[in-house]
Amino acid sequence: MTTKLFGEPVRRREDARLITGRGRYLDDIGAGALAAAFVRSPHAHARITDVDVEGALDVEGLVAIYTYEDLTGPMAEPLPVLIPHPQLHAPRTGHPLADGVVNHVGEPVVMVVATDRYVAEDAAERIVVSYEELPVVVGIDTARAAESCVHPDVPDNVAARHHQETGDVEPALAASPHTLTFTQTIERSACTPLEGKGVHARWDPDDGSLRVYSSTQASTSVRAAIAAKLELSLDRVEVIAPDVGGGFGVKIVHPWPEELLVPMAAMRLGREVKWAEDRREHFVSSAHERGQRQQVTVGFDDDGRLTALDVHVWHDNGAYTPYGIIVPIITATQLVGPYVIPVYRVVVESLYTNTVIVTPYRGAGRPQGCFAMERTMDRIADSLGLDRAEVRRRNLITPDQFPYDHHLTFQDGRPVVYDSGDYPGLLEKLTALVGWESVEERRAEATGRGKLLGAGMALYVEGTGPGPYEGGHVQVLGSGKVLVSTGLTSQGQGHETVFAQIVASELGVPMEDVEVHTGDTRRFGYAVGTFASRAAVMSGNAVALAARGVREKALRIAAEVLEADPSDLEIDEGLVQVKGTPGASIPLRTVAVLSNPLRYAFDEAAKQATQFATHDDTKPPVAPGDAPGLEHRDYYSPLRSTFASGAHAAVVEIDPQTWEIDVVQYAVVHDCGNVVNPMIVEGQVHGGVAQGVGGALYERMAYDADGQLQNASFMDFLVPYASEVPDVVIDHQQTPSPLNPLGIKGAGEAGVIPGSAALASAIEDAVGRRVAAMPISPSELYDLVRDDTAERTAASARRTGATA
Amino acid sequence: MKPPPFRYADPDSVDEALDVLAAEGDGAKVLAGGQSLLPLLAMRLAAPATLVDVNRVPGLDRVEASAGGVRVGALVRHAGLLRDAGAAGVQPLLARATANVAHPAIRNRGTTVGSIAHADPSGELTAVLALTGGSVTVARPSGRAEVGWQDLFVGPLETSLSGPAVVVDAFFPALPERSGTAFAEIARRKGDYAVCGAAVVVTLDEDRRVAGVRASYLSVGLVPEVHDLTEAVAGKPVDSADWAAAGALARTLVDPDTDLHATADYRRLLVGVLTERTLAEAAAEAAGRTAA
Repeated sequence: MTTKLFGEPVRRREDARLITGRGRYLDDIGAGALAAAFVRSPHAHARITDVDVEGALDVEGLVAIYTYEDLTGPMAEPLPVLIPHPQLHAPRTGHPLADGVVNHVGEPVVMVVATDRYVAEDAAERIVVSYEELPVVVGIDTARAAESCVHPDVPDNVAARHHQETGDVEPALAASPHTLTFTQTIERSACTPLEGKGVHARWDPDDGSLRVYSSTQASTSVRAAIAAKLELSLDRVEVIAPDVGGGFGVKIVHPWPEELLVPMAAMRLGREVKWAEDRREHFVSSAHERGQRQQVTVGFDDDGRLTALDVHVWHDNGAYTPYGIIVPIITATQLVGPYVIPVYRVVVESLYTNTVIVTPYRGAGRPQGCFAMERTMDRIADSLGLDRAEVRRRNLITPDQFPYDHHLTFQDGRPVVYDSGDYPGLLEKLTALVGWESVEERRAEATGRGKLLGAGMALYVEGTGPGPYEGGHVQVLGSGKVLVSTGLTSQGQGHETVFAQIVASELGVPMEDVEVHTGDTRRFGYAVGTFASRAAVMSGNAVALAARGVREKALRIAAEVLEADPSDLEIDEGLVQVKGTPGASIPLRTVAVLSNPLRYAFDEAAKQATQFATHDDTKPPVAPGDAPGLEHRDYYSPLRSTFASGAHAAVVEIDPQTWEIDVVQYAVVHDCGNVVNPMIVEGQVHGGVAQGVGGALYERMAYDADGQLQNASFMDFLVPYASEVPDVVIDHQQTPSPLNPLGIKGAGEAGVIPGSAALASAIEDAVGRRVAAMPISPSELYDLVRDDTAERTAASARRTGATA
Repeated sequence: MKPPPFRYADPDSVDEALDVLAAEGDGAKVLAGGQSLLPLLAMRLAAPATLVDVNRVPGLDRVEASAGGVRVGALVRHAGLLRDAGAAGVQPLLARATANVAHPAIRNRGTTVGSIAHADPSGELTAVLALTGGSVTVARPSGRAEVGWQDLFVGPLETSLSGPAVVVDAFFPALPERSGTAFAEIARRKGDYAVCGAAVVVTLDEDRRVAGVRASYLSVGLVPEVHDLTEAVAGKPVDSADWAAAGALARTLVDPDTDLHATADYRRLLVGVLTERTLAEAAAEAAGRTAA
């Protein structure tokens, strides 16, 4: 019986450690380290006229104060534009510490280092920074009006104008039997991982080396950034992501100012320095996402089939563009979803505002794109009096159309070519799962209970697993332990489990023998990072390839010992054996010992492998082209992204007295190709739905006109509790990817993408008023339903007519 | 989010606490459950020179229910009051309101009296103290005195107490005969501060006609208010009283504010709806407690 764990709902092996407090998070490291705290700008836009540190100097325990004046060399230069793009014509980034001007509340101005965080905050409080306030740009309208500008040399506040088109949209619209034009908005939210960012640095002056722990999604890139900015040779810097309490995108941005400043301070002071971000800092100095206004013009025929789509998006990118225009590009290219769109044009204007930067948050522009496309489908259905599921079905790409080329260019610079999928299959499973056909019956039943019931759905396609590469290293030790390493990081997804499942399955060893390490540059130096639903696709395939390399070598060595042909051998439960010949076997751990003809017999196992054990003295102990040890390193680099897909449906009940919105049913059909571990995929879906519900019904960044964030705490920024997240029913569909050896697609972000679209549709269906702005609270819904000018849906008019 | 330095005193009697408070002046603050005070310290929104931790003072952790009402000691946790059957028997609103206070972890630590002394107009028990016509016992160096709820609440997070003072207990009068109560609130998320909440009491006469209707609201005014809604339904038989009319009256009496989570209009809507719903529930209880 061959060990086969791939595809099994194996329990997460990291959970016992993480949920019993035995995790090692950033703030668990360096108990005796000096602590950093930051003086951050209280103004959204201001010129710094003076920094007076005098009052802080007599605080007992103060160790150092740094301002921009103390930065030298590359540290004094602007932070990198990490992902430049030709259409990002006016990229701007801040400095590690503000250089004369601040562009959002929360921007770091002064770093204080002290014996502990309490003292550091005491000293920070006594530093007086004088400002001359400048005009503030907050919100898309203000940015577009451009009466003031964020950056003096970008007078129109436009950082980028991203533009793609697949044909001549205007004549196609003109020739369309029907057209609709509408505008809608989606507000800002944020990743808000339970653990904020954090950095710990230790400089070894004798060794001239730096070890940095960072709560990051990209340790290898943080390492490269630190080496560049602090002018160190790469081999003198190691960066480790310890246990990380959630990322959701915000920790892929790098280098954060603190990731450079903390190591700088550690080097200058010759002491360990640590900074652990607090929640208030996280709200005003990390990253947000989602804020967009969208203007959609769609052409369609009498059957509801799209003829042309023209979309103009205004995207609020905050004060700086360190992460380029990844979010605008993803909105632009993923908006098209599972549909055939004969002619498509999209323009995304990315606008500067005096607010926290906008960088990818789980979904990364897709929830907005999905909102645009799916609400378009709802409007077409409404205008033609067709069922919303039927309009979608008529526009779906069919299974015989793969690979399907949208003639767009994706965020990785590669074409948007869908590799595989079965979208009609998704829709069919979804309508069955949610009971779409019985919605009218349920509506009537709810009406009898005094509730307004509505249903909505949304479909999406998600490009996952972009390159350029990830690597894997697999090594079998003489003890039988199998070490697996990959460079990308973990933030709680279950990588220790799934990578172990993959390696155990590929190699034929018990999963208990496999130990997985991630995000540690000491173990694996080449990696890209954990984002874009890429870990399973990229590192999953890389560790599979590495395991296959180990297997091949193991069979070759074992074949010599067993005097058999390698093709006649198999590995099962850690034993290499001749197929069909019981007893003709050798443990894999012994093969590992034999693979290393070392000189010293320090134990019985090693004795078998010393150079003097070699019987064939015509060959060197290590053959040309071979290497000691039973290990293999390999890389997976895909041609392009693989496209996962899914469909969500929500049923809401609304109390027409209080306008409270209760999500009574939430159904998900999910296709991420071959599934490594269905339990983990379902967990990802659950978490994604929770964040989707948050974005649709609870979360917003409430900036006032002065650029002050009014709800920078978990008391007022409403992340849904377990009590607000609906039960989720899930059905799987598996359409393998032809692009990678394991046939898998990413699953990390999917659950969040259709939340706002599906819930807006359901609420609109329940109340009969057009819902064009998300999120929506009961208070806002009350305003909508009593606004006589609010657009009523044709469906509600038809229902009223039918019941009159 | 670390507090600035402060001195810490842990007296083991009220008198000793008062001595420390007197010696420290306005810079001293009493610490009980800490559920409001400690976040204020961490965010440096409050910077008392001295915290006077009364958690080791004996005798303050008792709930005393008598025919006249329920006296709740300063160290009684929300969770303790919630499960006190004697208190619920005398004044059912206590448990009904306390069940809506935040989440179990906060209820296990936070104190009922601390919440009242914090004078948050979103607090459940401030509204109940007002509705029931309750009072607090304030210990001062000069002695102890009862302070009625109307004299206690001055503004949001502000009481009339000044100088060295410790609120040692709160007294909630018993539910009058032929009366019923109800409590309801609507929050954005379960356990959050209410967007709007209502505590009501309905009293019937011996003929089961409505004799008195009073309501108090959460998150609606700057301080807890009690509104008499009797006129909307006075003299009506309990089974046919128009509670919606009382709700409509309530809407005209309140003056809520707009904040991040709800407009004033929406709060006013909820005042009407919650009033109607809770009165119907309270009336049913009152009817059950009134001989036919």
